[in-house]
Amino acid sequence: MRDLRGAARLLVVDDNKVNRLLLARSLEIQGHNVATAENGRVALEQLRREIFDLVLLDMEMPEMDGFQVLEQLLRDTQLRDLPVIVTSSLEGVGNVARCIELGAEDYLAKPVNPVLLKARIGASLEKKRLRDQQKDLVRRFATPEVAQDLQNSGFSLGGKRVHASVMFSDIRSFTTLAESQPPEETIELLNTYYALMFDAISSHGGVVTLMMGDGLMSVFGAPIPLPEHEEMAVRAAQEMVEMIVLFNLERDSVGKPPITIGIGIASGEMVAGYTGTNERATYTCVGDTVNLAARLETHTKVVHRAILIDQATRAALGERFAVEPLGPVPFRGKAAAVEVFSVSPGQKR
Amino acid sequence: MSAPTIDQATFEALKETTGGDFALELVDTFLQEAPAMLDTLRDALAVQDVDRFRRAAHSLKSNSNTFGALTLGAMARELELAGVAKAAAGATPSLDALAEEYARVAAALSALRHA
Repeated sequence: MRDLRGAARLLVVDDNKVNRLLLARSLEIQGHNVATAENGRVALEQLRREIFDLVLLDMEMPEMDGFQVLEQLLRDTQLRDLPVIVTSSLEGVGNVARCIELGAEDYLAKPVNPVLLKARIGASLEKKRLRDQQKDLVRRFATPEVAQDLQNSGFSLGGKRVHASVMFSDIRSFTTLAESQPPEETIELLNTYYALMFDAISSHGGVVTLMMGDGLMSVFGAPIPLPEHEEMAVRAAQEMVEMIVLFNLERDSVGKPPITIGIGIASGEMVAGYTGTNERATYTCVGDTVNLAARLETHTKVVHRAILIDQATRAALGERFAVEPLGPVPFRGKAAAVEVFSVSPGQKR
Repeated sequence: MSAPTIDQATFEALKETTGGDFALELVDTFLQEAPAMLDTLRDALAVQDVDRFRRAAHSLKSNSNTFGALTLGAMARELELAGVAKAAAGATPSLDALAEEYARVAAALSALRHA
């Protein structure tokens, strides 16, 4: 796999020794780690044995040609997403089109121009990195906890009462931001934002149960109980704010405006389970605690604080965090005013 | 024929991008491998093996162009595009002409190798 210097593990497939040596040399000069194979059959064996970031594939080969390799890769769920750059001196646009139809990422005519080679490899690896990141997101979204819970209990709609902490978070003035930039940039922003938030949440034992636009709902303590879920939720929130500070430094360096987030956390009893239909269901939590977390998140705008928590969360934290009481707030839909507390981002006692 | 046997600019670019020593080793590899490609072309022509003929012509074309042997590359390309049937019918450069051009290329590359 790729190391920190951006070097990738590449496989060069070509039946011609001169081509193989030359391409491997060019790639090594560019700092990559290169293995070679002299035909398609050998290449597939290597690809199934070792992990590669990218394949450079010749088309005209004995035993198994490049087209057959592309077909096999398409059918292999493990290797389907592996980027392939075809390097060939194939004659005819039809052949090039066939490569692309079979999933080749790019086509480079031989003799390969080193500058083009470098650019195409850079682009392919970047695309692969983004794809890997997205796969990672999906994996996190259907969290191991939820997967394990499904496996243990079997899937059934309906919930059970649990004691947990619920967190709502979203980006402040997201609509204004989304309107002021091209949609592609918004998607890119959201992808990075989600990657950072999911990481902070799951590394503290939280499970993201809902994504809506820029908003996230996550639960700490369900489907499997989590000791000190209140504190874990608050620590996750602090890390999320820290991540956004770092993210903003990056954005600032390219002249983009900073983003801010608001987070609301409430703890208590709720009903957690699968809701929906037998075909399509999500794991979620419902109850007053959940509603309160959502209200607290909205209230961050009013009081200009990043993280707001309820009384129950506050009580569980003890003296380990710098917590500021903001007094009782009358929330819509609540009979009595609710005590609200602000947690300093990044400050732990 | 007015085209030079080896295009100097191509050969120099190869040396520059891969390192001089490596380019010379690559010349050795080509000189070792190319005679087998010429043999394969003759064999494939004799038995009318379409795939082997096309592949050998393809390899020779690709390697020739790498070293700047543009005339040899163009002849091999013609063979690749025409295929074994047309080659048998004499509609392409003969394999003898190809072998003669290769001999010139091999001599020129050896000279560059020992320069």
